Amino acid sequence: MNLDADRLKKLYHDMLLIRRFEERLSDLFLKGEVAGTCHLCIGQEAVPVGVASVLRDGDWMNGTHRGHGHFLAKGGDPRLMMAEIFGRETGYAKGRGGSQHMACFDVGFLGSNGITGGGLPIATGAALALKQRKIPNVVVGMMGDGAANQGVFHECLNLAAIWKLPVVYVCENNLYAMSTPFQESCAVSKLSDRVRGFGLGVETVDGNDVLAVAEAAGRAVEWARSGGGPAFLECMTYRFCGHSRSDQCLYRTRDEETAWKARCPIELLRGVLLDKRAATESELDAIAETAAKEVKEAEDFARSSPLADVARLTEGVFE
Amino acid sequence: MTRILSTSEAIREALTGEMERDERVFLMGEDIGLYGGAFGVTRGMQDKFGPERVVETPISEAGFVGVAVGASLMGRRPVVEIMFSDFILLAMDQLVNHAAKFRYVYGEKSTVPLVVRAVGGAGRAYGPTHSQAVEAYFVHTPGIKVVAPSTPADAKGLLLAAIREPNPVIFIENRVLYPQKGEVPEGAEAIPLGKAATVRAGKDVTIVGYSRMVHESLAAAEALSTEGIEAEVIDLRTLSPMDSPHVMESVKRTGRAVLVEEGPRTCGVMAELAARIAEEAIDYLDGPVTRVTMPDIPVPCSPVLEQAALPSRKSIAEAARRLCG
Repeated sequence: MNLDADRLKKLYHDMLLIRRFEERLSDLFLKGEVAGTCHLCIGQEAVPVGVASVLRDGDWMNGTHRGHGHFLAKGGDPRLMMAEIFGRETGYAKGRGGSQHMACFDVGFLGSNGITGGGLPIATGAALALKQRKIPNVVVGMMGDGAANQGVFHECLNLAAIWKLPVVYVCENNLYAMSTPFQESCAVSKLSDRVRGFGLGVETVDGNDVLAVAEAAGRAVEWARSGGGPAFLECMTYRFCGHSRSDQCLYRTRDEETAWKARCPIELLRGVLLDKRAATESELDAIAETAAKEVKEAEDFARSSPLADVARLTEGVFE
Repeated sequence: MTRILSTSEAIREALTGEMERDERVFLMGEDIGLYGGAFGVTRGMQDKFGPERVVETPISEAGFVGVAVGASLMGRRPVVEIMFSDFILLAMDQLVNHAAKFRYVYGEKSTVPLVVRAVGGAGRAYGPTHSQAVEAYFVHTPGIKVVAPSTPADAKGLLLAAIREPNPVIFIENRVLYPQKGEVPEGAEAIPLGKAATVRAGKDVTIVGYSRMVHESLAAAEALSTEGIEAEVIDLRTLSPMDSPHVMESVKRTGRAVLVEEGPRTCGVMAELAARIAEEAIDYLDGPVTRVTMPDIPVPCSPVLEQAALPSRKSIAEAARRLCG
């Protein structure tokens, strides 16, 4: 019970860290303190956290353009991420990649990616490399429902299936590709129905229930790890905010948003923790404070870091 | 020691040698196993190395080039064959948005040691989607190196360098040159990327080309020589990074430059070289920098049209003659 409680509390912390990190980012963008664009995953935290929780040392993940949560869940350092988004030399990519392009091989994160579906061939190729080296690890390729209509999605599903690669494609189906409703871009009701025909193991789960995500991801990962070949996990979820900061969400109703917000993944897990008496209110409040403190430290680190080094502007294109 | 090999044999020898030397190297592409590739370059290699190292793919260029990028990020050394270089355009996102950028945009912590062998070359009436020159797209792309050999020895030596290179390389092969024979060293010595070669000395005009156009340029130089014009011929060999110092030294000496390219004219490889000559050597010029290229048209299919479109020894010699006149 204690082990289980610790596990649940870690899931709670990891989701809250993403939530606080992105809430702060949202403020910073609105105030104009950081430049450019960013895509928030507030409301979708259960997917990366649930999936990452079943991975082992040596397993890999990559992220999408909406990738802060993926990287944080896989062990990204919030300080170096914040510094990257602030355009600082100490950031993961020395200020060159920004919000959508960060990688850290030391924690098994292959990189977030600004092209919709762009990470799918990378994840597939990484899985090919693991298979060639006979290493019993897996790669998780994150994607959104929008990426499911890209050509490379279909090509990669096929390549992974014919070569039986140890890759798990995890789709955060948040029902909208920017403003385009999922039902308008897919003729079947579930993506997993479409993917099944490629010969993958498939499953669709409630993406706001972190325990359901972790359970299904565990099955998919073990399937891939044991040589069964690729798997596809569709997690039904919802982004609470717009696609990016200019989005007024005119394409969806306030009723729909309210209904989904009532199923906040963090609040759902909080309920489970209290129901199970796995944690007290005050313990959970302390976890929330810890997450907030980590975000504050990340911001302080970013602000006190030197700006990206203009003297090295043209360096590092090639090794 | 050298032997006489065809360009295809020289390429196969480089691939085989690197696969024996380095277990990370593997081949990917369409019909490269039993069939040996559309032009037979990898013939027999799957028998030798097995299907895990000579990986046949479905017709899925975006997918398998992207997969090769992912595998190379993880330390493998994929060498991908693109059957007709035109088909590399299906994988542009993988190459331009991903392979070319990863090192810089991920903060110099990753490398993409990938080689894409793209088989190009017009002159066989294969038409607009099986003949075009694609190299200029990649010369325009920061983060990718582009190589285009003209001889069997260069094909071997430059391919060895490309496979050992930690960065992505587009290796342009010309199918018309595959049967061409030449002396090839037995050893596994790489020819460094980024170095042009003077293949004929001359004092009156500098002709610069690459791939098959080097041979047309040399033939033009022989014709010009009978008229008392001595052309220097430079083979760029690597298009990016471009060895402009080598070209400048020659152009400053001859005062005349004829730049030859099989691909279309606008924003072509030679447009870049012309700009560099204008920036670095304009005071030495006795006449305008002259390009001989395909016009800005899709490669037509009919042999009479295709030959009219392609630069030739005749059109190169005419350009040099005009400049020297």
